[in-house]
Amino acid sequence: MRGGRLSGQARDVRRKPLSSWRDLKEGGLRLFFAATGVLAILVLLGIFSLLFTESLPALKTLGVGEFFFRLRWDPTSPEQPSYGLLAMIVSTLMVSIGALALAVPVGVACAAFLAEGAPPQLREFLKPAVEILASIPSVVVGFLGVALVGPFIARLFRIPSGLCALNGALLLAVMALPTIVSICEDAIISVPQEFKSASLALGATKWQTLVHVTLPSASSGIIAAVMLGMGRAIGETMTVLMATGNAAALPHGFLDPVRTMTATIAIEMGETVQGSLHYQSLFVIGLVLFCMTFAVNVVSDLVLERFQRVRR
Amino acid sequence: MKVAESIGFGLLGLATVVVIGVLALILYDIVAKGGKAVTWAFITQRPTKGMTAGGIWPAIVGTFWVSTVTVAVSVPLGMCAAIYLNEYAQQGRLVRLIRVAIRNLSGVPSIVYGLFGLGLFVLTLNLGLSVLSAGLTLGLLTLPWTITASEEALKTVPFSYREGALALGATKWQTIRTNVLPYAVPGMLTGTILGLARAAGETAPILFTGAAFFWPYLAPFPKVLTTQFMALPYHLFIMSTQHHEIAKVRPLAYGTALVLVLLIFFLNLGAVVIRYRFRRKFRRA
Repeated sequence: MRGGRLSGQARDVRRKPLSSWRDLKEGGLRLFFAATGVLAILVLLGIFSLLFTESLPALKTLGVGEFFFRLRWDPTSPEQPSYGLLAMIVSTLMVSIGALALAVPVGVACAAFLAEGAPPQLREFLKPAVEILASIPSVVVGFLGVALVGPFIARLFRIPSGLCALNGALLLAVMALPTIVSICEDAIISVPQEFKSASLALGATKWQTLVHVTLPSASSGIIAAVMLGMGRAIGETMTVLMATGNAAALPHGFLDPVRTMTATIAIEMGETVQGSLHYQSLFVIGLVLFCMTFAVNVVSDLVLERFQRVRR
Repeated sequence: MKVAESIGFGLLGLATVVVIGVLALILYDIVAKGGKAVTWAFITQRPTKGMTAGGIWPAIVGTFWVSTVTVAVSVPLGMCAAIYLNEYAQQGRLVRLIRVAIRNLSGVPSIVYGLFGLGLFVLTLNLGLSVLSAGLTLGLLTLPWTITASEEALKTVPFSYREGALALGATKWQTIRTNVLPYAVPGMLTGTILGLARAAGETAPILFTGAAFFWPYLAPFPKVLTTQFMALPYHLFIMSTQHHEIAKVRPLAYGTALVLVLLIFFLNLGAVVIRYRFRRKFRRA
């Protein structure tokens, strides 16, 4: 970094007149700032190790297979408690992938319009609008899922309750849209002008240039945006908790109520005894959730890094 | 050829209309149905009759106190970390590791922060279900945003400002204090307010760290930090899914949603205004 290099040179010049007290103060401050920087690493490690240590007893007692090879989650059953995560993981993926299937085409198209199609004045109006959409809290989106989207779905498909996977997917799509739009737009804008000029000079239309040159050049940025949206969707709690109906069974379609991993933690954590097997297995869900989003984020990071390297 | 071109761009425009339409629908629904519920009494009174009547004052105050703790935790730590990353650190393994950690922290699901807050603040540090536990949890949640925003602000300070101070014999810290921070603070403030606006709407992290179903009387200042509290987003959650008379309290829920959205909107607006004035000042400098 430039700052670092310069401070090295500056130190040579002013070595003599410095009192040792000032050196001490400067060194101390440097150490203090470094410590706050390192805090980020500590928090991340802390989250992981807390999840791990809290869930370890349950993993030991019940075995890893109980969690990952069984469908049913029913830890409070008096006869036969069951701790299977599969139905929950399927539900989470179903809602998240459904959300992305809705949000990605719309989001990428909107980003392409903002970057290439929209006149400047319209852009000035559209960009803040996307930011406002991003600022709406998930609990408000979830509330509208209950109050507005739910009854609509129920009437449309003639089902008794509109609280189902489709509802959750629709809401998560709304929540993922701003992320996808803004990251994709950045990716499209950062495609070098030379690429587009070359294509236009060869006689390609604006549309052909966009589809065959600009979008492919921006593809890793777009993929990173999709991955980030996926990570958000998997970890989103309030919208799915409120709008998906929370039935713990394996869903058969998008009109079935589902219960995601995040919703399960939110519902049951308040009702368990601290330190019980049930409590620990909720931390197992948290651990799985953490690892899933971590993996998605790392992959999107790698894609984005490659993208930036190619740019340079 | 021309036709395909117009159809193509027409579709892109249509997608944009969908995005704006969604936003318009959300805002219209909340304003139209919440507008009727929001009165002066609704804002300033306590909920009464099993929360089927009255207002949301305790939830507003609760959100205020939690946000205060959040800012007190997140802002100093975030600013200092950003100062380290942008002013002190040399490019190397440690810095890369810190950046990877920051990016991953911002991707950790909010409910996992809730679990972390429960395990660390509520139980291990024995702070119990309290404003303090919830605020600390949200403080950690917002930390990556504050660091990123503060770093952006530091980056906008021209490098010549630092060189000037260093050339006059100022130490590193003197340079930062007199020639970097004064110009970066408004930008940091913008980022902080934006982070605060997001934190104010977060519900999952406060579910098991202190938010209460019904807690109408809040203690005065120092004591309030150690008690449970009502919060706007949690109150909206309760009123829309957990209350025993859902239909009857629906207007109150819409009112709560409107107040929450307005609060966040004005925080964002404030941040934008600060950013705008800051930019103008820089152009003059």
